[in-house]
Amino acid sequence: MTATTGTVTRPPAPGRLAVLAIAAAVVVLGVAPWVVDSYVISLASKVLVLGLLAMSVNLLTGVAGLPTLGQAAYFGVGAYAAALTARTVTQAGLVQLAVAVAVSAAVAAVTGIAVVRTRGITFLMLTLAIGELAYSVALEWSSVTGGSDGRAAPHVVPLPGMGELRLDGYIYLWVLAVFLVLFALVSAVVRSPFGLALRGIRDNEARLRAAGYPVTRYLLGAYTFAGGLAGAAGALWISSQQFVSPSEVGFTVSAMALIAVVIGGLGSMSGAVAGTAVVVLTRDYIGGQLDGRGPLLLGIVFVLAVYLLPRGLAGLRTAFARPRAAGARGAGPAAGGDPPTRPPAVAAAAGRRGPSDSDGPGTLP
Amino acid sequence: MPVLGWLDTYLVSMVDGVAFGLLYFTLAVGLSLVFGMMDVLNLAHGTLYLGGAYVAYLLSDGGWTGLAVGLGAGVALGLAGGALLAALTQPLARRGHLDQALLTLGLSIIGADLFLLAAGGETLPAEAPAGLRGSVELAGHAYPAYRLVFIGIAAALALAVYLVFERSSLGALVRATVADRDMVRVLGVDTRKVLFGVFAAGAVLAVLGGVLGAPILGPGPGVDAHVLVMSLVVVVVGGLGSVRGALLGALLVGQVDTLGRAVAPEYAAFLLFGAMFAVLAVRPRGLVSVVRTAP
Repeated sequence: MTATTGTVTRPPAPGRLAVLAIAAAVVVLGVAPWVVDSYVISLASKVLVLGLLAMSVNLLTGVAGLPTLGQAAYFGVGAYAAALTARTVTQAGLVQLAVAVAVSAAVAAVTGIAVVRTRGITFLMLTLAIGELAYSVALEWSSVTGGSDGRAAPHVVPLPGMGELRLDGYIYLWVLAVFLVLFALVSAVVRSPFGLALRGIRDNEARLRAAGYPVTRYLLGAYTFAGGLAGAAGALWISSQQFVSPSEVGFTVSAMALIAVVIGGLGSMSGAVAGTAVVVLTRDYIGGQLDGRGPLLLGIVFVLAVYLLPRGLAGLRTAFARPRAAGARGAGPAAGGDPPTRPPAVAAAAGRRGPSDSDGPGTLP
Repeated sequence: MPVLGWLDTYLVSMVDGVAFGLLYFTLAVGLSLVFGMMDVLNLAHGTLYLGGAYVAYLLSDGGWTGLAVGLGAGVALGLAGGALLAALTQPLARRGHLDQALLTLGLSIIGADLFLLAAGGETLPAEAPAGLRGSVELAGHAYPAYRLVFIGIAAALALAVYLVFERSSLGALVRATVADRDMVRVLGVDTRKVLFGVFAAGAVLAVLGGVLGAPILGPGPGVDAHVLVMSLVVVVVGGLGSVRGALLGALLVGQVDTLGRAVAPEYAAFLLFGAMFAVLAVRPRGLVSVVRTAP
C-alpha cells in the first residue's frame, strides 16, 4: 500500500472494453429506478453520495498519499450549507450544490494551510482531530446547526422551474446525474498534469521539490479540491435525505469512507465507489437482516481486507490480469527507474520557479 | 476586583479542567510513546478506556473493595489488550504504518459494536465509592469529592510515569528507542520487547484511566471515539514521543475544553480548534518536540 516506485506514469487511457463497461454501467444505473424497489433505490442513492465522499478521501489518501480521517467535516459543512440554503434561499438543487461546494472548499482551504505541512500518520491524526472538532461544532453551535436535533430541508428542485422531487426514483436520477458529472471531473483531474504531480509527490516528494514543483501549494490545491468534492457530496445528501444531524459529521462517516477506499484499493476511483457499495451493503442491507449488527460485520470485513487484500479490490483485478507483474513494488525511490514523464503544462509550472535547465535528471528525453 | 470575581465564578470549571486533562493524559501518554517508538498509531486506544469504564461499572459495589478489584481487573485487561494489539499489528509492520493504523481502526469498530451489544445504548452511571460520593467545600463552592481524589491519584500516576520515563534506566532505554531505534538495536537490545512493554504499559494506563474515570466520564457509545480524539489533540499539541509534552498538552487541552464550555458554550469547539492551530503555527512539532533520527 505504501510501496514507492521510481516511476510516475499516467494511468493508462481506458481501452475500448473499459469504455463499453462504463457505458453498460451507466445504462444499468440509469434504468435501475424502473426495475428495483424504492428501498434498494434509496440505498443506491446513498452509495452514490457516499461514493463521492470516498472519492474525495481517495484523492488525498490514494493519489496524494495523505491518509485522512476528517473528510466528514467538509461533507458536513456542505450538508449544513445546502440545508440552510434550501430552508432560507431556494429549493434549487444546483444552487445548493454551488453554495455547498464554495463553503466547504473555503473551509478546507483555510484549515488545509496547517494540515498540508504534515505527512503520513501525523496528517491522519490531525485530520481526525479536525473531523471530531467539526462534530463538536455541529453539536454545540446550535443557532446555526440546530444542535443534536439537526436540520431538516425541503424536497429538492433540481433546476428552477422544475417540480419538487418526492419519489425515491427521481431523487436517485438527480443524484446519479450529478455523480456522473463529478466522477468524470475527478477522473479528468486525476489524469491531468496536476493529478500526475500529486502522484509524484506521493512517490518521491524530494525529487519533485528538487525539480521545482511548489509541493505545498499543490497539496493545498488537492486538499481544497477534495474538500469541495466532499461538500458536493454533502449537498447531495441533503437532496436525498432532506436531513442532516451531527452524526453525519462524525468519526464514523470519515472512517466508513476511508474503509471504502481501502477495500476498493487506494488510488482507484471506481474502486472507491465499489468499496462504498460493499460498506453500505454490509452495514445497512446485510446488517439490517442480522439484528442491526452491521458495524460488527463491517469491522470484521475491514480487518480481513487489511490482512488479505493489501491493494484492495482494484488490486485483485490487476493480480488476475497480470500475475506477478508487480516487480516494481520492491523498487525503492533510490532505485531511480525511468525518468518521470512530464506533461508540458507541469514542466512550464516548474519552469516558473527557476531556470528551465534546473529540472535535473528527471526531464523528458 | 474583576479578576478575582472571574476566578471565583470559573474556579469549579478550572478544577474540572485539571481533572479532564489528567484523564486525557492517561490515554495520551501511551498513544504518544507507542507512536514515537514505532510510528504505530493505535486507533483502538479509546476502546481500552471504554473497556476500563465498563469494568468499573460492573465491579463497583459502592465500596473500596469494588474499586480495588476493578483496578486489579483493569491491569489484567490492559495487559491482555495491549499484548493482543501489539501481536495483531506486528505482522503488518513491513507493510507500513497506515495498514497498522487501519487495522486498529477496524478493531475499534468491532470493539465498539461488541460493547454496544453487551451493554446497550445507554450511558451507564458508574458510582464512586460511598465515602467519596458527597461534595467538599472548595473556596466557597461545593465540589464533588471524588473528582478531587481522582485529581490526586491521576497526578500521582502521571508523576510516576514521568519519573520512570525520565529518571530510570528503563526510561532511558525507552527514550533512546524513540530517538534512534536502529542504534539501540545495534547495542544488542531487542527493541520489539521494548515496544511490547510500552504498548502494554500504555494500554494498562488507558484501562486504569477508564476504571478511575468512569464516575467522571461514564461508559457509553461514542465515549471511545471522544477520548481517542481528545488524546490525539493532546498528542498533536504536546508533541510526539514525550511524556512531558503529553502532560503539558493534556493540561492545556483539558483547560481550554472545560473552561471554553463554561465561558462560551456555543464556541467551545472553535476554541479547541483555535488552540490546536495556534500551537501548530508557532511550533509545528508540538510544545515539546523530541529529536528523532529514526525515520
